[in-house]
Amino acid sequence: MHNLLSALPNVLRSQETVSLNDDLSQVSLYFIYAAMAVYTVSFLAYVWHLSQASSTVKKVRKGASRIERWAFSLLIASAVMHGTGVILRGVAASRVPWANMYEFSITGTFLVVAIYLVSWFFVRDIRILAVFVTGFVLLVLGIATTVFYVQVKSLMPALQSYWLVIHVTVAILATGFFNIASAASIAYLMKGSKVVETSKLPGFALTRRILALFPDMNKLEKLAYRFNIIGFILWTFTLIAGAIWAERAWHRYWGWDTKEVWTFIIWTIYAGYLHANATRGWSGKRSAWLAVIGFCAIIFNFTIVNLFFKGLHVYSGLK
Amino acid sequence: MDSSRPSDHVSNEANVVSPEIGVVGWLRWIWRSLTSMRTALILLLLLAAAAIPGSVYPQRSADPNGVTSYFQQNPELAKFLDSIQLFDVYSSVWFSAIYILLFVSLIGCVVPRAVVHAKAMASNPPATPRVLRRMPAYLLGKAKKAARESIVADAAALLKSQRYRVIVDADSVSAERGYLRETGNLLFHVSLIGVLVAVGFGGAFSYSGQRLLVEGDTFVNNLAGYDSFSPGAFFNENNLPPFSMTLDKFEIAFDNNTAHKGNTGTPIDFRATVSTKQTPSSAPVTSVIRVNEPLELPGTKVYLTGNGYAPVLAFSDKPCKALPSGVRVIQGPFSYQGAVPYLPQDSNYTSLGVIKLPDAKPNQYGVLSFFYPTAGQLPTGALTSIYPAAISPQSSLLTLNVYEGNLGLDSGIPSNVFSLATHGLKQLSGGKTGVPAVKLYVKGNAENLPNNMGCVAFTDLKRFASLDIDYNPGQGWVLLFALLALGGLILSLLVPRRRVWVKRTEDGVEVAALARGDDPALERIVKEIAEELGLKATSSKKEADA
Ligand code: HEM
Repeated sequence: MHNLLSALPNVLRSQETVSLNDDLSQVSLYFIYAAMAVYTVSFLAYVWHLSQASSTVKKVRKGASRIERWAFSLLIASAVMHGTGVILRGVAASRVPWANMYEFSITGTFLVVAIYLVSWFFVRDIRILAVFVTGFVLLVLGIATTVFYVQVKSLMPALQSYWLVIHVTVAILATGFFNIASAASIAYLMKGSKVVETSKLPGFALTRRILALFPDMNKLEKLAYRFNIIGFILWTFTLIAGAIWAERAWHRYWGWDTKEVWTFIIWTIYAGYLHANATRGWSGKRSAWLAVIGFCAIIFNFTIVNLFFKGLHVYSGLK
Repeated sequence: MDSSRPSDHVSNEANVVSPEIGVVGWLRWIWRSLTSMRTALILLLLLAAAAIPGSVYPQRSADPNGVTSYFQQNPELAKFLDSIQLFDVYSSVWFSAIYILLFVSLIGCVVPRAVVHAKAMASNPPATPRVLRRMPAYLLGKAKKAARESIVADAAALLKSQRYRVIVDADSVSAERGYLRETGNLLFHVSLIGVLVAVGFGGAFSYSGQRLLVEGDTFVNNLAGYDSFSPGAFFNENNLPPFSMTLDKFEIAFDNNTAHKGNTGTPIDFRATVSTKQTPSSAPVTSVIRVNEPLELPGTKVYLTGNGYAPVLAFSDKPCKALPSGVRVIQGPFSYQGAVPYLPQDSNYTSLGVIKLPDAKPNQYGVLSFFYPTAGQLPTGALTSIYPAAISPQSSLLTLNVYEGNLGLDSGIPSNVFSLATHGLKQLSGGKTGVPAVKLYVKGNAENLPNNMGCVAFTDLKRFASLDIDYNPGQGWVLLFALLALGGLILSLLVPRRRVWVKRTEDGVEVAALARGDDPALERIVKEIAEELGLKATSSKKEADA
């Protein structure tokens, strides 16, 4: 198809200027690759740290905190590269870098890391979740650069609105908070699992020792709760902002488009989570499960719904 | 009860005991169960689950064409799915049942809570409990002798200055703050009811209509002017504002820089220039409608939702006439003449149009036609459009496949103007007929139809715009209640509600605190109060527990 296009005569003189910089977007991609490489090292260092810190030998345990400092420095270094990649992508496209799935992924994961790093200084209990965070970010970046990657493109008219900035930024932020909360809930569920607690199979002893490094269940539960309520407030705002935008772009504020449906489902699951926290017999494990299910729904909404469900939100940029 | 909840936590759970005998007993039991927290939670989760099928199956409200094609592809299954309302999930009996129950439960929940809260606001904080040591945040301190004397008064003053509500007795202060948390929670829940009511009423008085306009055409706002129209239950035709609107021109800006790999041809802007008369006698006003920028008229808004090409075609039963210059032209009378909206099939606007000629002589015929704004050839030899605009008159190609036979337009069954039921018709050109499709260029030569059926000409190229004309008086209210809900939510999740006690005992001075819900600051608060009061901590919560 591209050969055909190159045969186009030069009558196409630009009246509307679209500024796209393919070279710069390539540089952005290199930064993302570099960040992934360093994230990988950081992730492995965190895994190493866990294995050392959970060792039965005292001397080995002592060395662990040095590894953790290294892992943290690497995390910061990769976050800087990651952030640079995101910004360059925006500059290359002359707009906000979250108009298709690839861009949404790199920006979203960057915000996850940023939220984690900021919280790191204020919430001690969160530090141990680094393995979850780096692992998740790596996974998403891996998929983004291989499956979701698209060249820089201009914005389709439906996306040309300041609501793209407001609605999507807040949605990404909410996702970041939910993500960290789900890590805490997963750790909570693992710690509370009868199987993990009692199994004599090899590996479980190590798992138990690693889990012992995590804050106690009560703290994990509170940690998840605090991140989830911020996520929920932001998600509520996302929902409202989406409806306002839909009114302008699609002539009705709510029409049960597939994406709207899933935003609603996610919102309802988290409302259920908040209720579960105040309901006898539902707080604790069941509410932790709801938080994990809620986050799975977010991932589902972003992947399966974007790629395979029919709807108005066809912005993946993939064919 | 879990550890993060204080023991005075007012949970709305009814004690669901087995029912007393008798109808009243049963009713009371049902009401109590319905308004319990657990039921609310289960209904919420049910609502989430019930919403899923609506994203799996096409919905009549969002995607009517999807439903039609589902019926064509799986008629049996579709009938079954339809019988359990899976194509109308969000107005189905079962979905409605869940949310109505949820909202009944919500009202049953909120009203008693509001009463309790109003009482709490009007009364003092409860007296200091005898044992403070078990509170989630606790500190025992020593005060200097003089300070010990005035500790109760000092603590009361301090807590008052921190906006606590305070009561004082001989040896202790009991203080509480954060009533806004509960106020916010009630505001949130009540606002949800507001949202639901506004959605319902707004929907009942609303209408939404669609109209496709070719450049130069005029739309008059009455029911006959619409291609499709969906009114709410209380819609009244007399309320349609009497405006009319002419589409003067429709323009698209495409990225026409061929250096932008993969982006060339991407639309950058759609602009419909319209002139509107608010009443038949008023002067026309020109304005531009764009995606994301609807035109606001009194009582309605007009949105741009789609666009495409509308080639202007003429058909005649007479053969084309060759002029001495070699140019071929069409000669009347015409069996069809006018702009035909072609529906775009891909991002380069390869477009499909249907023309039906019931008045053609001697036989009726129909035409399936493709339009390629800038035609190119695929390696397979098939035609395609390689750029979404016509880069020159010679580039934009129109092909026609002619089908002869009874078009079935007289049978009384309404037929879709955008599709031609070719079944039972005889194809005369294009496809596998061996006769090449008729090819036309805009403002180019007219061409003869196969079998000496007549002549066709492509006289001009116009564009069309699909407009949505919508009115929903509820949406401002929905937004208002949604924002109130958001505000209530923020208060209810972020305002800490806590009780603080300062008590003089024989061992020293105790400071303790208890929060409603999660409160990360609780221990810090206790420490700070002790510091402000000049206490020297002798034991804290952890030691007291031990
Ligand atoms: C449309 C349905 C409902 C939605 C979307 C909803 C949503 C929420 C949300 C998001 C919260 C969190 C605020 C907070 O924790 O303070 C909450 C709290 C609460 N809701 Fe609902 N709710 C609904 C129905 C109900 C019903 C039917 C009841 C009563 C049975 C109820 C009782 C409560 C109570 C008591 C709290 C406070 C929990 C606490 O103390 O933490 N809600 N609700």
